[in-house]
Amino acid sequence: MGGEFKGFLDVKDILTERKAHIMVKSGCCGGGEIRCEKESIAGSVSQRACVYCGARVVLNPITDAVHIVHGPIGCASYTWDLRGSLSSDAALFRNSFSTDLGEQDIIFGGEKKLEAAIEEIVKKLEPKPKLIFVYATCVVGVIGDDIDAVCRRMQKKHGIRVIPVKSSGFTGAKPLGYKLACAALLELMGDDQQEKQPGINILGDYNHGGEIWIIEGYLKKIGIKVIARVTGDSTYGQLIKAPSASLNIVECSGSMAYLSKQMEIKFGIPSIRVRFIGFEDIRNSLVQVAEIAGGQGAVDKALKLVDEEEARVKPIIETFKKRLSGKTAAVCVGGTYKAIAIIRQLKELGIRPLIIGTQHGSPEDYKTIHDFSVEGAVILNDTSPAEIEKYIREKQPDIFVGNVKERVLALKMGIPFVDFNHDRKYPLTTYEGMINFVTELDLTANHPVWKWARTDLISKKDEFETMISAEEEVLVK
Amino acid sequence: MKNRNFTNLNINPCKMCMPMGAAIAFRGIENSMMMLHGSQGCSAYMRTHLTTHFSEPIDIASSSLHENATIYGGADNLKKGLKNLIQLYGPKVIGISTTCLAETIGEDIKRIAAEFKAENDVSGINIITTNTPGYGGTLYEGYFTALNDIVKQVAKQDSLHNKINIIMPYLAPGDVRNIKGMLESFDIEYIMLPDISKTFDAPFSKEFKKIPEGGTKYDDIEAMSGAKATLEVGATVPDSISPGKYLLDEFNVPLYRCPIPVGVENTDHFVKILSSISQRAIPERFPEERGRLIDGMIDAHKLSAGIKALIYGDPDLIYAVSCLCLENGMNPSIISTGTHGSILRELLSGKIGELEEKPLILDETDFETIEKHALERKVNLIIGNSGGKQITEKYGIPPVRIGFPIQDRYGGQRLVYTGYSGSLKLLDDICNTMLAGKFGMHRKIMLERYFHKE
Repeated sequence: MGGEFKGFLDVKDILTERKAHIMVKSGCCGGGEIRCEKESIAGSVSQRACVYCGARVVLNPITDAVHIVHGPIGCASYTWDLRGSLSSDAALFRNSFSTDLGEQDIIFGGEKKLEAAIEEIVKKLEPKPKLIFVYATCVVGVIGDDIDAVCRRMQKKHGIRVIPVKSSGFTGAKPLGYKLACAALLELMGDDQQEKQPGINILGDYNHGGEIWIIEGYLKKIGIKVIARVTGDSTYGQLIKAPSASLNIVECSGSMAYLSKQMEIKFGIPSIRVRFIGFEDIRNSLVQVAEIAGGQGAVDKALKLVDEEEARVKPIIETFKKRLSGKTAAVCVGGTYKAIAIIRQLKELGIRPLIIGTQHGSPEDYKTIHDFSVEGAVILNDTSPAEIEKYIREKQPDIFVGNVKERVLALKMGIPFVDFNHDRKYPLTTYEGMINFVTELDLTANHPVWKWARTDLISKKDEFETMISAEEEVLVK
Repeated sequence: MKNRNFTNLNINPCKMCMPMGAAIAFRGIENSMMMLHGSQGCSAYMRTHLTTHFSEPIDIASSSLHENATIYGGADNLKKGLKNLIQLYGPKVIGISTTCLAETIGEDIKRIAAEFKAENDVSGINIITTNTPGYGGTLYEGYFTALNDIVKQVAKQDSLHNKINIIMPYLAPGDVRNIKGMLESFDIEYIMLPDISKTFDAPFSKEFKKIPEGGTKYDDIEAMSGAKATLEVGATVPDSISPGKYLLDEFNVPLYRCPIPVGVENTDHFVKILSSISQRAIPERFPEERGRLIDGMIDAHKLSAGIKALIYGDPDLIYAVSCLCLENGMNPSIISTGTHGSILRELLSGKIGELEEKPLILDETDFETIEKHALERKVNLIIGNSGGKQITEKYGIPPVRIGFPIQDRYGGQRLVYTGYSGSLKLLDDICNTMLAGKFGMHRKIMLERYFHKE
């Protein structure tokens, strides 16, 4: 066995098994296959999280819900108030409820504690919450707590909605969590058909930095009513009316694909994909929504709004474009929806994305990314710090757009960085977001700190001596 | 007094899990990498949490357990993960730590690690294992459990030498550098475990390194058994997970324990121990710095006397900070931790006896409870990590950040609050935070209070 791994200790920059997860853009379209939708490779230091994470991020922005994490403390501790979703009213969602299971609970089961926890919430919280989500973590999946039964019992007893989310981390990857969240939302919406009314639901916008409010503002100007926000700044009251909408518009398709499809089957609500990043995508999206949900009058209003906004925003972007055009970039984010939108916007600015990574793309997603990419771009599925480091060295991008874990790596390697993370404080989508995005691109790319990052106090030994003599000269004078 | 308002719920946790503590401990060993045996999410969450505090790339590998591994055992995943980790990072030391999941399905990481070593030619790599079920305790306990396991598995009967062992609690890398400076002032040769001074706060360099420089050398840990003495910093470590106690019992290394040197008395204690261990007179810098601290305390005593503080964090840290508060006439009105705190209670009982308004001590508590008491007791300052940020947001009570994690301020990794000079910096930060609130509206308040309108 000793000889099994020849050259075992040689450090590699890419694991052999990972090579199929990486492709290089060549030729105009088609071509290139990438391995994706697979489990992360042990020891590769994947940037991915888990099923629970996927479920929690989708449901968390529901502002008046209680989110109980059923399990030991860690999962609740690291996801407390975890993202920048803003609320116009309730703040209940910013609390982290955990059953904080201990050793005895693991041995004897946690059902009783969960039930008692829900009883306590109903008794003590003012006002009494209408909606509780119960998330199962890894341990709960293993010890076999029947959280379905507990939730059913509590729902019946207290006349509130108590919805289980069986999100044990090991049962899959983050997209499974998205699907479970969608299933929980469907359960909340119920089975009954509701009379349709004019108006739409916005799916897959989590109101980071107030983004959904801005989009709602656009829709109001066009004359289109929003029935339910799913799930940014959403509430129990809004979500249960979602089945009455005439159209679903879907921003983050990765997280909301299942829900939009099921709502079409169950409630007959058609859906369209929209993107509010970049001039072309915002224009197309707003006009399309107007066409389907509003008619010609709405289309005219949409065109007027888009023209006015473009007239306002384009000159601002142009000023920045002069300072950014010709630069190169790396884009490593979680979802492909975001990656594609960012690539398109960068290209509008004359910036060439040379490294593109996402955590959970499908073959179709990667085909789209491939089509939008520039020649020679490296495309990575479920990438790791070691791979990012390798390609930063190879491609030397001028700017990196990514999340928290990419931020520290890029900055440590001296690469300007724009944070496109979910805990962002300011909008990055919509026209407002475009201005923020270019401002941040310019701020980081043209910041004086990078000049200092290229300097040394002493680069050679003899230089040190020269410096001493120079200092003496100054003293003599 | 109940430690938590809710019996069956922890609302807004004032604690983190054991593997997180192990992650911090292992990072303090030279050329090391950590492997978390569990589901992918644990490593992702911990990396994000650590990264937002330290502003450093922090790579923690995961054995990425999925459904099959959970049913049939995760040994293959762990072995494959170790192989990949070695190929990608080339570490000399690997710390394997368990999670809730691995512990619940009964993974024997010691055996798996031994098998891995037998099956592969990895003689140059040292593997240390530690059992840290997320339900078994908190970050504080995970940290010392890992340190204890490191010493138990690495230290071996060695010839006696003149170095002393310094066992460190979690302190910011800035504070670790400061403590080293104090040791060096006594010309003490030491083995510090762990040493996160560079590994969690690496200087910018044009040459990026996957595993940052610094950390305790493996050979040094081996030699801890032959040290002249051990100084364990932090007075609340239970014997069962105390590396100092282990070295005493197993190798007869004399053990000194002292609180974190924050405040006059704790720093006096620390400096005197250093003098006694090294058999050297106290260097001149210390009386000078001490004099400056007392000078600063006198300057601030009118202001500091009006401070009523909420303090929370690791038991070691909140004990030391409470001491500083008491020395300065402040009222440490609520002293709270998410960790079990019987040693803390005992230590504090000797300190707070004379106070008219007794501080409330809460252990195994949560922020939901802390918040309610903070309002009832009308505290006017918060001293602790970012966990209290919502209390500030809701009620405007200003914070001084200390401990881990600090995610809403810059420089949590560079804080220096230890020793006489550090204590003075902490006092200044406390007083200045208070001042910013107190006199910002002073003229308006006084006008409204005393001026009679015609």
